[in-house]
Amino acid sequence: MGKRHHVVTTINGEATEFLCEPRQSLLEVLRDVLFFTGSKEGCNDGNCGACSVLVDGVLIDSCCMLGVEAEGSEIETIEGMANNGELHPLQQAFLEETGMQCGICTPGFLMSAKALLKQNPQPDEGEIRHWLAGNLCRCTGYDKIVRAVQKAASNMGGGA
Amino acid sequence: MSTKEKKADDLRVVGTRPIRPDGADKVTGRARFGDDIHLSNMLHGKVLRSPHAHARIISIDTSKAEALPGVVAVVTGADFPVIEHEMVSQGEAGLADMRDIADNCMAQDKVLYDGHALAAVAAENPHVADEAVQLIEVEYELLTPLMDVRSSMAEDAPKVHEHSFPGFFIAPTEAHLPNASRVHMSSGDLEAGFAEADHIVEREFTSETYHQGYIESHITTVDWDSNGNLTVWTSTQGQFEIRDNLADVLAIPIGRIKVIPMEVGGAFGGKDRIYLDPVAALLSKKSARPVKMAMRRDEVIRATGPSPGTYIKAKMGIKADGTLVAADLHLAYEAGAYAGGPIFLGVVSSAARYNIPNFQINGFDVIVNKPKTRPYRAPGAPQGLFAMEQIVDELAACVNMDPVDFRIKNLTREGDILLPGFPLAPIDTDLTLNTLKSHPHYTAPLEGPNRGRGMSYAMWFNLGAISSARLAVNPDGTVHLSTASSDMSGTRMTLAMQAAEALGIEVSEISADVSDSQSIGFSMPTVGSRTTYSTGIVVMEAATEVLKQMSERAAMLWEVDVDQISVADGVFSNKSNAEQSISFKELGSKGRDTGGPITVHQTSSPESFIPGVTAHLVDVEVDPETGKVDILRYTAVQDVGKAVHPDYVEGQIQGAAVQGIGLALNEEYFYDKEGHLKNASLLDYRMPTSLDLPMIDAVIVESPNPAHPYGVRGCGEHSIIPPASAIANAIHDAVGIRPDSLPMAPHKICAAIKRKQAASD
Repeated sequence: MGKRHHVVTTINGEATEFLCEPRQSLLEVLRDVLFFTGSKEGCNDGNCGACSVLVDGVLIDSCCMLGVEAEGSEIETIEGMANNGELHPLQQAFLEETGMQCGICTPGFLMSAKALLKQNPQPDEGEIRHWLAGNLCRCTGYDKIVRAVQKAASNMGGGA
Repeated sequence: MSTKEKKADDLRVVGTRPIRPDGADKVTGRARFGDDIHLSNMLHGKVLRSPHAHARIISIDTSKAEALPGVVAVVTGADFPVIEHEMVSQGEAGLADMRDIADNCMAQDKVLYDGHALAAVAAENPHVADEAVQLIEVEYELLTPLMDVRSSMAEDAPKVHEHSFPGFFIAPTEAHLPNASRVHMSSGDLEAGFAEADHIVEREFTSETYHQGYIESHITTVDWDSNGNLTVWTSTQGQFEIRDNLADVLAIPIGRIKVIPMEVGGAFGGKDRIYLDPVAALLSKKSARPVKMAMRRDEVIRATGPSPGTYIKAKMGIKADGTLVAADLHLAYEAGAYAGGPIFLGVVSSAARYNIPNFQINGFDVIVNKPKTRPYRAPGAPQGLFAMEQIVDELAACVNMDPVDFRIKNLTREGDILLPGFPLAPIDTDLTLNTLKSHPHYTAPLEGPNRGRGMSYAMWFNLGAISSARLAVNPDGTVHLSTASSDMSGTRMTLAMQAAEALGIEVSEISADVSDSQSIGFSMPTVGSRTTYSTGIVVMEAATEVLKQMSERAAMLWEVDVDQISVADGVFSNKSNAEQSISFKELGSKGRDTGGPITVHQTSSPESFIPGVTAHLVDVEVDPETGKVDILRYTAVQDVGKAVHPDYVEGQIQGAAVQGIGLALNEEYFYDKEGHLKNASLLDYRMPTSLDLPMIDAVIVESPNPAHPYGVRGCGEHSIIPPASAIANAIHDAVGIRPDSLPMAPHKICAAIKRKQAASD
C-alpha cells in the first residue's frame, strides 16, 4: 500500500483535511475516505459525468482528478447544494419536472447545471443541451432534464 | 360492506402527478445505491477476467497474489461447489441450467468470451485487489472463437459446449444444430400465399450486440456470517432472483440468504441475474469478513448481459389492394456463451401486430463466444422490427398507400388469433395509429435536401406474474405499503397511488418501501413492464381486504352488522344511522380498541400477455458527405391503458425512444477477428447525449385494459422497439437507400449513398 499524503481543502464551505494515497482519485477520496457518497461513479474515466463536482468554481469529473491535487482547493459537491435543508431551485425543478428516473446520474446533472447557470443564467435549449452533453442519463432521454433546467433558470430570474 | 364503483373518469389519485417519496434523497445525493454501503471491517474484491474469447484453462496459479500484503482471500472456480447440469425453474421466465449460471460467474474448464471471470481476490482496498489480480498466472489452450451467428450455425461448426440444453427464455426452444436451438411457428400455406401475392419484397439484415448501458455498475456487498447466514446488499431488479440463484449456485438453503435491495441506478433488464454475488459470498466465507465487489465500466460492457446481435432474412408479400398475404422470417439471434437468449420474444413480437394468413417464422437461439445475453427492454423486438417494418414500408409504397393507412388495413384487432395461437386481448389498436396520423407532426412540412420522414408500429406484451404486497394500517391511521418490487423509476409512488385510490385516502397518507427478501412474500423481479400493472393489482387486492377488515371494525364500534357499513372515498358510514360516519384515518387510529392492528399480506399472479402498442414518427437529416444522421423531430404515441402518473409514463416513453435511437444509430459491440472487444468504454460505446436529441413528444393514448381495475397496461418497454425501423424508413425517404445493418453508423450510410450514386451513374 502506498504512502498516504495529508491534504487540506475546503469542502462545501467547511475546512476539511484527509489522508490519501497518490493513486486515489478525488472521487474515491470523497466517497470512500470522507463518505460524501452523493457523487457517483459511472465510468471512472471521465465519460459519464456522474461524479461532477466544482473545484475552485470549475466543473470537473472528480474521477479524473487525484485527491492529492485538491490541496488548497475549494470543492463543492451535491451534499452542499441544498441550504440548511432548503432545496436549491435546480433540485426543486428536477423534482417538479421529473428530471430523473433511477437517480444515479442526478447529482452529476445538478452540479453541471449549477455551473451552467452560474455563467449563463438564461440558457436556451441548445445551450443547455450542449453544456449537459458531458453527463450521460440512460433513463430519461434528457427531455425532462432539459425542461427542469429551463424551469430552474426561469425561477431563479437570471440570478444564479 | 359495499365499495363505490370507480369509473376511469372519477379517479381522484390515479392520473395525477405527485412528487415521488424517494425524490428528495435523489436530488440531495442521500439516496443509497449499491456502492453506498460501507460496513466495518469490509474487504474489496476484484475479478481476473479472460483476455481470450475461447480457451481451455490449463492451470491457474494464485500463489503470488496470495503473498501480496493486504490480500486476504482468493477464489477460483475450484472453490465453487460442483453442481450438475440441471434445468431449474426461474419463475414464469421459464427454466435455466444452474451449472451454466454458475459457470458464467466463474469459469470452470473453459473461458467462453472476452471478460469471462476465472479468479477473484479480496483485499484491504480495491487497489491492492487490482494489483493482486494481475499477479495471478493462467495458462490457456486457445480455441477457435465463434463470433457470428451464421458461422456458429454451420452444421460442421465446432461445438462450444460439450453439454448444453436447448435455450429457455419464457418458452423453450428445440434442439437443432451443434450450437443452435430453434423455435418454429407457422400458419396457412406459405407457397400458396406467395403465389397469390402481387408484390413481394425479400431482404437480409444484420445487427450488432448492444448493451443496456445503465449508469450504475454491478455492485454487491456480501457478509457470510459466523452462523453461515448470508446478507447481500445489492442493486437488482429482483431480490428473490438473486436469493434463489445464490442458493442454487452455492448449494445452500434459501432460508440462509437475505437480500437487501438498494436503490437501483438503472437496469433495463440487465440486473436480474447473479454475477459478482456468489464470488463475493465465497470471498466473505474464506475471509470471515464482509466483501464488497464493484465492476469497472469495461467489466460491465465485457461481461454482463447485453442484447443479441442478429442475422435476419425476411420475405413478405401483398395483394394489389395492400393486403398482407404471406411472410417468411428467418431470425437468428445470439444467445451469447450459453443457450437461452430472447429469440422467443423476437418471434412473438414479429408475429403479433399484422394479420398475415400464410406465415412462417423460424427463430434460432445461437451460442457464440460473446457474453451471455440478458433481456434488454422489449428483448428481441427492435431487431425483428428493424427488418419487418422496413419491408412493410416498401410494400406500402409498391401500392402507393400511405404508410399509416397500410398498417391500419393489416393490423390485428381484439380477438384476432395471433400466430403463436392465442387471441389478441382487448385493445383499441386503431386508436394509436389514428392518433399518430392526426398529430400535427404527420402533416407538418419537411423541407430541405436530405431530409426525410419515417414511421413504425410495434406491439408488445407485458407480463403479469407473481407479486406480493403488504398494507399495514399504522396506529395513527396512516398506511404503510411494502412490496418486493424493485423501484427503478418511481413505482413506489405509482403503487402508493393505486393503494390510495383503492383505500379512498390521500397518497400523502401512505409511505412505501421495497422490502428485503425475508420481510415479504415472493415476487418476480421488476421486468416485462409488469410492476405498476401486476403489483398494482396485488396492492389493490390487499386494499380491498383492508377495507373489509376496517368495515368490520366500524360495525364493532357502532354495534351493527357489517352489511350495514358502507365505504366511499375513505369514509365509513352506518347505513342504518345517517349520523354515524368515520374517516379512514380516525377509524384506523382506533385499531388498538377494536382488536389490534390491521395488516394484510397478499400474494397473487395477475394475467400475463397484456398487449400494448406504439407508433413512432421521426424526421431526420442525413449528411451525404459523412453519413451522419441527425434527428430533427420525434413523436411517439403509445397506448398505456391508463397513465397512473402521466409524468412517469412520458418519461418511460421518452427514455425508451432514446435508447431505441441509440441502438439505431450508434451503439454496438466491436470485436476483432480473435474475439477481443475493442470498445469497452463509454467513450467508444457511444450512447446518446443531450446534444444528439430534440425534445421527444410523448403522446399518451388510453384504451383501458380490462384485466386491471383502472385499465393500466404495462408501458415501460414498448417505445424502444420502433425507433430503429422508423429512422431507417426516414433515411430511405431522405436519401433513397435501405439501411440493412444496425447500428446505422455514418460509415455504413455513407457507403450506401456512394453505392447508390455509382449505380445511377
